[in-house]
Amino acid sequence: MAVGVKVVNRPGGLAQQAYLPAIAEGLGVTFRHFVKNFFGNVTGMRHKTDIATLEYPEEKMKYPERHRGLHRLMLREDGQVRCVACMMCPTVCPAHCITIVAEEAPDGRIEKRPKIFEIDELRCVVCGLCAEACPCDAIRMDTLEHAHPTYRRVDAILDKEELMSRGIQSSAVQGGVGAFWREKVASAPQTPPSGDVSPRGPAPGPTAVTDLSRK
Amino acid sequence: MQPNFFSYGHTGFELVTALIKILFMVLGFLMPLASILTWLERRQSAMMQDRLGPKRAFIKLPIIGKFYLFGILHFVADALKFMGKEDYVPGKAHKFLFMWAPIMAMAPALIVAAIIPFGPDLCWGHMTEVVANGFCPRETGVAGPVPLQIARLDIGLLFYFAISSLSVYGATLAGWASHNKWAMMGGLRASSQMMSYEVTMGMAVLGSFLVYGQLEPGAIVAKQTEVFSLANFGSSWGIFLQPLGFILFLTAAIAETKRTPFDIPEGEPEIIGYFVEYSGLRFGLFFLGEFLEIVTSSAIMVSLFFGGWHLPSGIEGWLAAHLPNVAFVLVMFALWTMKVFAFCSFQLLIRWSLPRFRSDQLMRLGWQRLLPISIANVVVTALIILWAQRS
Repeated sequence: MAVGVKVVNRPGGLAQQAYLPAIAEGLGVTFRHFVKNFFGNVTGMRHKTDIATLEYPEEKMKYPERHRGLHRLMLREDGQVRCVACMMCPTVCPAHCITIVAEEAPDGRIEKRPKIFEIDELRCVVCGLCAEACPCDAIRMDTLEHAHPTYRRVDAILDKEELMSRGIQSSAVQGGVGAFWREKVASAPQTPPSGDVSPRGPAPGPTAVTDLSRK
Repeated sequence: MQPNFFSYGHTGFELVTALIKILFMVLGFLMPLASILTWLERRQSAMMQDRLGPKRAFIKLPIIGKFYLFGILHFVADALKFMGKEDYVPGKAHKFLFMWAPIMAMAPALIVAAIIPFGPDLCWGHMTEVVANGFCPRETGVAGPVPLQIARLDIGLLFYFAISSLSVYGATLAGWASHNKWAMMGGLRASSQMMSYEVTMGMAVLGSFLVYGQLEPGAIVAKQTEVFSLANFGSSWGIFLQPLGFILFLTAAIAETKRTPFDIPEGEPEIIGYFVEYSGLRFGLFFLGEFLEIVTSSAIMVSLFFGGWHLPSGIEGWLAAHLPNVAFVLVMFALWTMKVFAFCSFQLLIRWSLPRFRSDQLMRLGWQRLLPISIANVVVTALIILWAQRS
């Protein structure tokens, strides 16, 4: 025997050394899984099986609610674009993927609106800073879609109409609620916020002026 | 008088039926089952591991449309893919042996099927009539019972050992002829492993031989008419007469097929194995040969330990007394197929449940554990038989 070899006496009795009980147990585990998945699959009850496979093109995983996906431009009450071309989002964008050309709005109440609003989805790094920077809830990334594959690069640049086509009407008040909103909060009747409530309960501070819950 | 072709004992009739049986077994049973097993292995392992496995292959039929069949057609797609691949031969390989090794690996599994009984006797002259107790009258002028077994050899199981041990040549020669050190290593491992476990296998079968006094699988099957009966213990299934022998034989048979937990000749993560240099249809032959070995070893196990095509005698007797001979034979053949299929599936279950042995562990298990146990099994069986004969 070579130098320094330490003989280890393995524990366990005959049953453990014969492997067979352990093998039977292991076969039992795999067989149980097989039977459960097989019959669940044959009878069309996929949800009752343990199968984790997602058959991708047909079945898609549901993205979490805060998933940052394709951009969209939100709409006003009359269906116009909500964006006021303040240039916050192209300024903050680290990838320089947003192009805005502003123009004067025909509506007297609104100063500016985007003439051109283009986002190059191939350049976008999906950081979400644009949606964070937007002062009037005009740009969002909550479509739960990711950038669509295209044959030409130019097709990945989404224009204003395309971005607006996914948009919905925002519940936020355009232009804000004005000065002295804190006093309005204090005087307004405290209604419980409708829609989905965060598990931590309503956030402290000004909430009840307008319904800030999304969608 | 020139005997009629369809008369009992006519050599031409025997030859023609043997040829039909060979064609049926190879093209109608072994090849389809082995091909389906290549798909089943993936699908079953997927189900065991909470996956889905291959299920998307389909064939487009004119009226019905896409025909999926749970994905069984994947094996057709695989075969077509193998055919389309380049038949690459390494530059320094031994061309002749490289060419023949896959065939030498696959052929024994097919030849061994010759001794497997796959159904009760087919009564040629009385196929549409009820033949009482399966006993077929041997009349002159009428072709006698056609045994559903390609060759009824008295040496039976010895033939099985002789031929199945030849398949080691396929693995070893493939390893040697490839001129690749990993392949060589795989071939050496294959030869050492298969030689070692053949000894245990022979000893395990020796127990059955002592119990039945026969080596011919057809005769062994004919004796196992009951599933389990204390009154007539000798006609119980082999699993009850030789439980230890069955476990030993199963272990050795899995080692012979070179599959996990005994797959050190292949050992995907370390050496790819003796077929590392093979591609295309030649690799396909190795692949198919492995599954053919599973089918034949399962069939042998069913014949020796699980009553072959027999049902529990009450049901079988009722069927024999009420069905026309040909229907009875078909039912029994279907039953035998189900038994073999279940055993194949069980081997796949073992393959996907257990981890691989190390090379030295494998040898220690073979020579130091299984061989003494199998010898003890033979001795104890012999003593019990002696005691039973004396009393």
